[in-house]
Amino acid sequence: MKKANPNPKANRNIMFLTYVILAVFFGMVLYIGYFLQVTSEEVINNSYNSRLDRFSDRMIRGQILSKDGQVLAYTHVGEMGEEIRVYPFGNLFSHVVGHSTKGKTGLESLGNFYLLSSHVNLFEQIFNELSNKKNPGDNVVTTLDVELQQIAYQALGDRNGAVIAIEPDTGKVLAMVSKPDYDPNPLSLETSWEEMIGAPDNQGQLLNRAVQGLYPPGSIFKIVTMLEAMRENPEHYLEDTFDCSGTFTQNEYSIRCYHGTAHGTQDMSLAFANSCNGAFAQMGLHLDLDRMYQLTEQLLFHSDLPLSMAYSKSSYEMKAGAGDWEILQTAIGQGKTQVTPMHFAMITCAIANGGILMKPYAMDRVVNGAGEEIKKFLPESYKSLMTAEESRGLNELMIRVVAEGTGSALRDAPYQAAGKTGSAEFETGKETHAWFTGYAPADDPKIVVTVVVEEGGSGGTAAAPVARAMFDQYLLK
Amino acid sequence: MINLIIETSKYLMILLIACYTFFNFRFFSFPDFERKRIMCARQNQAMFLIHLLAYLIIYLKTDEERILLFYGAQVIFFLAYIYLYRLFYRNVSRLLVNNACMLMCVGFIMLTRISFERAVRQFVIVAAAAVVTWVIPLIIARVWQLSRGAWLYAGIGIFLLGLVCVLGNTTFGAQLSLRIAGVSFQPSEFVKITFVFFVASMFYRSTDFAAVTVTTAVAAFHVLILVASKDLGSALLFFITYLFMLFVATSNWLYLGSGLLAGTGAAWLAYFLFPHVQTRVSAWLNPWSDIDIGGYQITQSLFAIGTGGWFGMGLYQGMPYKIPVVEKDFIFAAISEELGGIFAMCVLFICIGCFLQFMMIAGQLQAVFFKLIAFGLGSVYITQVFLTVGGVTKFIPSTGVTLPFVSYGGSSILSTFVLFNIIQGLYILKRNEEDDYEEG
Repeated sequence: MKKANPNPKANRNIMFLTYVILAVFFGMVLYIGYFLQVTSEEVINNSYNSRLDRFSDRMIRGQILSKDGQVLAYTHVGEMGEEIRVYPFGNLFSHVVGHSTKGKTGLESLGNFYLLSSHVNLFEQIFNELSNKKNPGDNVVTTLDVELQQIAYQALGDRNGAVIAIEPDTGKVLAMVSKPDYDPNPLSLETSWEEMIGAPDNQGQLLNRAVQGLYPPGSIFKIVTMLEAMRENPEHYLEDTFDCSGTFTQNEYSIRCYHGTAHGTQDMSLAFANSCNGAFAQMGLHLDLDRMYQLTEQLLFHSDLPLSMAYSKSSYEMKAGAGDWEILQTAIGQGKTQVTPMHFAMITCAIANGGILMKPYAMDRVVNGAGEEIKKFLPESYKSLMTAEESRGLNELMIRVVAEGTGSALRDAPYQAAGKTGSAEFETGKETHAWFTGYAPADDPKIVVTVVVEEGGSGGTAAAPVARAMFDQYLLK
Repeated sequence: MINLIIETSKYLMILLIACYTFFNFRFFSFPDFERKRIMCARQNQAMFLIHLLAYLIIYLKTDEERILLFYGAQVIFFLAYIYLYRLFYRNVSRLLVNNACMLMCVGFIMLTRISFERAVRQFVIVAAAAVVTWVIPLIIARVWQLSRGAWLYAGIGIFLLGLVCVLGNTTFGAQLSLRIAGVSFQPSEFVKITFVFFVASMFYRSTDFAAVTVTTAVAAFHVLILVASKDLGSALLFFITYLFMLFVATSNWLYLGSGLLAGTGAAWLAYFLFPHVQTRVSAWLNPWSDIDIGGYQITQSLFAIGTGGWFGMGLYQGMPYKIPVVEKDFIFAAISEELGGIFAMCVLFICIGCFLQFMMIAGQLQAVFFKLIAFGLGSVYITQVFLTVGGVTKFIPSTGVTLPFVSYGGSSILSTFVLFNIIQGLYILKRNEEDDYEEG
């Protein structure tokens, strides 16, 4: 065989390619390591991953606790080793904590992986192993406030609807109520299950209206219309005046104010406070609909929300070229627009937090059976929905709603609240859905509350008092 | 109590394979044969211990006596393979023999856990392949005409691939295998070796523009048949191997650059032409939106690897059977799930160790033909490892390629044996020459 080496560079080339290949493998090893260490946790916490159920053969499902350590869910182990999940507060937390039999929902689903992982110390694990005992799973400490949840639950009474409370500068979810509700305890869930999912006239007890319920926004949407006007005419957007006779007519169309109230002559700031439909319908006719559509996109309409739980997307459909009727309707939050309470709570959070939306979250930390912290979830900013100046502008307007307008339920409170009411029509002949979204104290917001009461009537009388009760509880007690 | 033994063994096995991998790379750092030999001996100890612990767990979990018999048969096989090979070929590369055994050992463990029958079948094939391929180093050393068969290699390769393309059985949307007398076999596993021989013998003769053009045309024909059979994993494997060999033989950056460009263009084209490529790519980009259909396999694989974590669930504690074709293309995920991410990474490092050994041998060989063979087979091997591990971990879109020596499958095992033994033959040839030189 020929030994002469016609290509002395061959070895150098081999060396070069070997280094290239090693570099590629180095990248892959880093990627796998990153996956194992960081990404995998989120990946495997998936309802399609049947492997997690296997964990419960060797683990007792951990507890779910409120922010101050009250037990919201735990597993009771009987004498024969039989396990049963117990929800001591019954219906109170049915949607947000969820259930773990008949599939997993709420925090039982979000925290499934943590609840089925054990971080008790090694000796205890070995001891349990030897004595043939299961290891206790980790506990999930939530951001939920039991008292606040109770106030919201009672204030809503037997009406259907949803209430959300969030700390705007962190995104911590303090309370989340949805009605009608159900008892998540396994036995009663078993008995009521068929009725809840089968009956054609079921009331949708299993639906978490706070994040999945879609409602017409009514007048709380004027926040969006106003923000657009602010953007198009930042100097003079409040200066226009409107003379309200109770009904605004444009060609053959007319828009009525709530109960036909005539608000008289007012500037736009007062029109916002009084929630004057005519003024906003007229404002809508002068807006640039393309820019308005872009604004709704920025405000997370028809887009993904930064939420780890199952939610519905809000919709906004009006584009340039829309007819007068659609414009009049859409500008005052009627028409085809649909929103979830959570979505509007997030917009309100951004207003209360200088325009920055913090990612809402309800799991604060994971602790082991001995209470030692295993993992802490930190506040994360999601994105800026508006400028700080715009948020200040809206803040002024929302204070005036409380001080002079429809938010009278909050007027005599010892703190200054800010907010917007809404009364959304959804079906002719039925009472309107009552909305309130707002925060307090206005100069340094500690809590955002969004309320929707189905067929509650006016936002000022049905929804705002619910928020008042929650503000009082959170800020005064 | 059994749980405790299993749990402890799990960590011990990780420790042992980490030691094994360490010895593998420590081996490279010693210049003298004596210390290299010590490393290899320690590797053997680590391997047999891992093997013992794993089968102890399997026995405790299944409580079946046939496991013990099977274990005994494997021990005899490994001992025979390691010692007889060394006895027959004085200058064998012990490291390669060890690594082959270690990878097969991991394969046996996982296969036994997934399906005892398949593991036994794999064992029979391994034993037969080991015996049959034994003679390859002898052939390499004695048959000088190997470099003259360029058109024979091309003929065999194209004929076999063409046959599969026309008659092949379809699995997972690709024509891969032929069924002859009840035995199905995958010709592409063997054609990749004749392909390397073809390219090496062409470039050995000449690397002028005309030769490069002809060789490229024939190589491209191989790749096109594979694309027509929808066996895109193999097509990619052949393409990369050819490009690398071309570059090493010609030192022409222009070829490398334009080849990469052409490859990117072809991949782009394939994406728009073939719906099943689009399925795989979309399953890669976002498997979570489509768990039920396209993304099922890769998400199950990621669940397995992720749930197993660094230390694994332990043998029989996971659900590797949830992953479709786990014993072939997705064996890496099963290893990671039950034996642990660290263990699986060590397996990956052992594969890289084999590759480095291949490249060192290629570097040391003087004859251009042999150099190209060693380099080409090394490229085939490492590309295959990359495609399978990358596909399983979602680093790249999954292409359906097996992990050599570990995955289940007769064709894969036999062709890997052939590949390793050719390199082994080249190594022995080189060492014998050096011995002659020293003695002469």
